[in-house]
Amino acid sequence: MAAVTGLHARRRRRLNVFRYAVFTVFGLFFLLPLLAMIRFSLEGSTSGSWSLSAWGQIASYAGPPPLLSGVEITLELAVITCLVVLVLLVPTVIWVRLRVRWMTRLIEALCLLPLTIPAIVLVVGLAPIYRVIRQQFSLSALQLFWVYAVLALPYAYRALAAGLEGVDVKTLSEAARSLGAGWITVIWRVIVPNMRQGVLNAMLLTGALVLGEFTIAYLLLYTNLQVTLFYVSRGTPNAGVLFSTSSAALLFAFVLLLILSYVGRRRGGQSERSKVSK
Amino acid sequence: MTGVEVSLRGLHRRYGQVVALDGLDLTLAPGELVALLGPSGCGKTTTLRLLAGLEDADGGQVTVAGTDITHVPSNRRDMGMVFQAYSLFPHMTVRDNVAFGLKLRRTGRTERERRAMEMLELVSLTEQAGRYAHQLSGGQQQRVALARALAISPKVLLLDEPLSALDAKVRAQLRDEIRRIQLEVGTTTLFVTHDQEEALAIADRVGVMRDGRIEQLGTPTDIYSRPATSFVAEFVGLTNRLHGTVTGGSVDVRGCVLPLANPATQDGEATVLVRPEAVTVTPSGPLTGTVIAVTFLGASSRITVDLGDTTVLAQLPTSDATALPAGSAVSLTIRPDPVLVA
Repeated sequence: MAAVTGLHARRRRRLNVFRYAVFTVFGLFFLLPLLAMIRFSLEGSTSGSWSLSAWGQIASYAGPPPLLSGVEITLELAVITCLVVLVLLVPTVIWVRLRVRWMTRLIEALCLLPLTIPAIVLVVGLAPIYRVIRQQFSLSALQLFWVYAVLALPYAYRALAAGLEGVDVKTLSEAARSLGAGWITVIWRVIVPNMRQGVLNAMLLTGALVLGEFTIAYLLLYTNLQVTLFYVSRGTPNAGVLFSTSSAALLFAFVLLLILSYVGRRRGGQSERSKVSK
Repeated sequence: MTGVEVSLRGLHRRYGQVVALDGLDLTLAPGELVALLGPSGCGKTTTLRLLAGLEDADGGQVTVAGTDITHVPSNRRDMGMVFQAYSLFPHMTVRDNVAFGLKLRRTGRTERERRAMEMLELVSLTEQAGRYAHQLSGGQQQRVALARALAISPKVLLLDEPLSALDAKVRAQLRDEIRRIQLEVGTTTLFVTHDQEEALAIADRVGVMRDGRIEQLGTPTDIYSRPATSFVAEFVGLTNRLHGTVTGGSVDVRGCVLPLANPATQDGEATVLVRPEAVTVTPSGPLTGTVIAVTFLGASSRITVDLGDTTVLAQLPTSDATALPAGSAVSLTIRPDPVLVA
């Protein structure tokens, strides 16, 4: 008996060592470039000195193109794209699960499609459409939300579908229906509050995608944050502001991630306890 | 609110090639509790779901209090429903769950709260009002579900195997509680179950279903003591199938002459259905054999007796059964209750 537990303990210890090793290697792989970037953004006028001037320039860098307007456009795009994706996908995912289950595969395949098409090909197809959008609607880079909503579909769909996984959609909706709820009430007041984690994840992924998008915006001749950074990198002798802005964008996404996972965890904790009590 | 009459006429429903309901007729008297009992796939749940409006009938008519509601969507039918699966809304407190239906009906806040607490009192869960579903036991969750269903003062109460997920003791308790509450509020109730004990214990009338039809509808006593068909006899309670010879309105089973439930049965060889409790131990009976198993059921015990060419089940008081361990020789006789021929 003791020998067996000893063996187990040894195996567990070895497993732990392995885990920490993997964690450390990959952590360094991801973190080192980021730390280097942040360090560089804090570099003073002479090599090895420290300074906050590059961070101070984020607000004051006047371009062209002006840095702050790039930040603004991208943040607005993130919000609009999130909303559009949620309004489109949440009812769809629930409806497919509830009433037309046989369409699950089809919807999934459709939503995953943007992942399989290279950005450059998308742009070729989208260029004529955007020519019309420019002529008919507006020149604003906010119009990018159309294509961003398409790009975000695969991630948002997976997140929402996973969020719905643990919800007994059929029983909950039938219970609500029998109590007098119409379909819209069923979806927004009964199902959605129970797939909050999925909705948050979808928002996070969509937001992150919009914050980091460069190719399509650049090729369609729009100026978002990443495109602005690209111009800054080409046109300025002072590369510091480039790195400080990149770091800021990254930190912003990171903070967003932390907030969302914290909000989600509070909920998750509840549902875990519910499993224990049954 | 007193109950209303519910009537299902000629209901048909098929899923692809499978016929779930084949012209089902059923009328529930105002305030009555009818239990639908049957093996899985017999159509009992389909019946309930058609009445709830959660599925559409292929043919037939559903009327409640004389109004045809066959094509009314489920959210306008005013039916309270308790499901087999736990169905409380996880993101709402117990009180909010119970008040949900009233909120949809735009009942004022104070009235809503008052009614919710009243319903929770009915199921003795007022202290849990502020809790969430995951903080309750299975039995408590089903009681809240019942309170939620009753809060809207439904015309009809639909119970879809509400006790199946619970353990035996809670099941019996909640079963009695459901009956008490149902009698108190007087709502016409349809109760679907595959558990015969549950159906017999709780219902005013029991409908035994088979292949999308009601095979027999009657009081629990009728169903148990005077089954109309061999299917009902075998589905409700345990039954011995014994070989016998029918002659002139009675049947001879291994030397015991028994009256027939249906005297019109043709003379000749037949399989006779005999309840285990009709088989009794005697000092010298016409049936002799060896006890091969004793099943302790509490106050009574069931013994399995090998008669040589077949086995027979007998149910007797445990005090008698303890004198008959496995292996002992025993003589049996069959009480002359009217029997059914398969």
